[in-house]
Amino acid sequence: MATLSAARRPRRALTPARKEALTGWLFAMPWIIGFLLFTAGPMFFSLYASFTRYSITTPPEWIGTRNFAQIFRDPFFYTALYNTFWMVIVKIPIVTVTAISIALLLALDLPGGRFFRTIIYMPNVLSGVAAVFLWQWILRPNGLFNTGLALFGIQGPGWFVDPLWTKPGLVVMGMWWIGGDILIYLAGMKGISRDLYEAATIDGAGGWAKTWFITLPMLSPTIFFQIVTGIIGTFQIFTTAYILSGTESATGGPRQSLLFYVLYLYNRAFGRSGPAGFQMGYASAMAWILFAIILVVTLAQLWLSRRWVYYETEEAR
Amino acid sequence: MARTDTMTQVARPGTGIKTSGPQRFIDIAGHVLAWLFLVGLAILWLVPFVWMASTALKAPQDLANPSWIPTRFAWENFSFAFSVGMWGQWTTNTVIITLVSVVGTVLSSTLVAYAFARLRWPGRELVFNLVLATMMLPGVVTLIPRFVLFAQLPAFGFQGSRNWVNTFLPLTVPAFTGSSFFIFLLRQFMRTIPMELSEAAKIDGASEFRIWWNIIVPLSKPAVAAVAIFTFQGAWQDFVGPLIYLQSERLYTLQIGLRQFEHAAGGAPAWNWLMAASLVVILPVLVIFVLFQNYFIEGIQLGGSLKG
Repeated sequence: MATLSAARRPRRALTPARKEALTGWLFAMPWIIGFLLFTAGPMFFSLYASFTRYSITTPPEWIGTRNFAQIFRDPFFYTALYNTFWMVIVKIPIVTVTAISIALLLALDLPGGRFFRTIIYMPNVLSGVAAVFLWQWILRPNGLFNTGLALFGIQGPGWFVDPLWTKPGLVVMGMWWIGGDILIYLAGMKGISRDLYEAATIDGAGGWAKTWFITLPMLSPTIFFQIVTGIIGTFQIFTTAYILSGTESATGGPRQSLLFYVLYLYNRAFGRSGPAGFQMGYASAMAWILFAIILVVTLAQLWLSRRWVYYETEEAR
Repeated sequence: MARTDTMTQVARPGTGIKTSGPQRFIDIAGHVLAWLFLVGLAILWLVPFVWMASTALKAPQDLANPSWIPTRFAWENFSFAFSVGMWGQWTTNTVIITLVSVVGTVLSSTLVAYAFARLRWPGRELVFNLVLATMMLPGVVTLIPRFVLFAQLPAFGFQGSRNWVNTFLPLTVPAFTGSSFFIFLLRQFMRTIPMELSEAAKIDGASEFRIWWNIIVPLSKPAVAAVAIFTFQGAWQDFVGPLIYLQSERLYTLQIGLRQFEHAAGGAPAWNWLMAASLVVILPVLVIFVLFQNYFIEGIQLGGSLKG
């Protein structure tokens, strides 16, 4: 092969195909190196560390499955698990239904559609400390939100100070960031072939029928993907809870009501106060348990998806 | 493309060849209601921003007052807020980390996406599936071992540290290995550029490197812009990274500084100062959004094409 190409192009030692193969690997190399160094390698180390007692300053000491045994007897672990599952189970359905409903309204292509999309998406560019402070201020017991509720004669709860209402408070706050989901659903709706709607119109289908029998089934792959990624993200809530619980972050806010899984894991790994900090082995074991939970939940969804997600067969992608 | 046509179709449920009078009335009334609902929603969505600005300008005795317009515009809140802490240093740090992250992510992600979209090489599908798999990988699994890794990598006194912890390195160097989600997004976009362009350039003797930099990257401008502004937004507001890796106050970013500022006064935070500082911290992000909103929205929709 090399001789053939050399005969045609005397200055090249490689055939174009082999050269392209080499270039391909070369161009992909930054990601491959990053994957090995910052993802795959650390994952293997973390798996090993989960079977050790490890505080960084001293080398890891093998203790078998003791971390796991201790975790399953740890009451805080169950508190954190409960709080985290609470968010997943309550927040995801509310976000999904609301986002699809608003996307359906935006898909009506009413005047000012661009303006609506921009405004509804705007909070999504904000994350981090400032946004949490803002909502902490708005959701104070006598804050703006409760003042608004009072206009309708509703006595608002104590939100982030009342342990019963901290998680509902997070859900209310999270609604402000629903714009990203809405835009993705809207894009999905725009991608649906107009032929389907024309055929349905000829058959005499009304607006609701079209939504129920065309839009939602055709949108189901997008809905499925959003739910899967939404759940993975919600399982890992950290920043908001960490900032909201403020000086109480070591204990997870009012009566541990904001002690989410990753917040507890962080406290075990990096908590700089008390005997809890720098338990890297314990925290690694916790990380792998969460990983296993997320994997099981995702696989279960994949299995369930066969019952409700509709994939077009003829049109690949 | 034919997007707008599809829209109208989704849009008017009753669009048919003949619609009777009453049916038409119901359609119009429904649309008016939907429109009013959206207007209400947009106003509701803007309220927190306005409230933030309003609070930032209120004098302390005015805070309990639920009025929208402060009785007196307390501009001094801003100078008070920024008199506590090393805000100048924190701003410089945030700008440096953000800029390096944006440059690193754009360079590496476009290069890797080019390999997936426009080059044929053995193992390509396998590696691409790995990229997709890491997108689904919960970040918490690598949180601790990465810290352990960076605590061991030598920094040779860079920023006064022996290892990478308490330097900007853990927050910037990984950007140069590309981001899986952005690689996917760019690949989707680059695949739509006709192959003939590359072939013509190759006949003219251009290397793949030149085709990437001089042809494909400029032609992918909307996707590249989306990646750049999403990276900017993410790096500017990153909280967990700086929280874990930066320990000295002089190395803090704005996010960590802001969080520390909450407790700086001791006891209950002064909300007007807190909102003033918060407003300034988010202002660059809001300005970028207002200027480049189309790229944001296109980027989101491009990313949404990941399904099935």
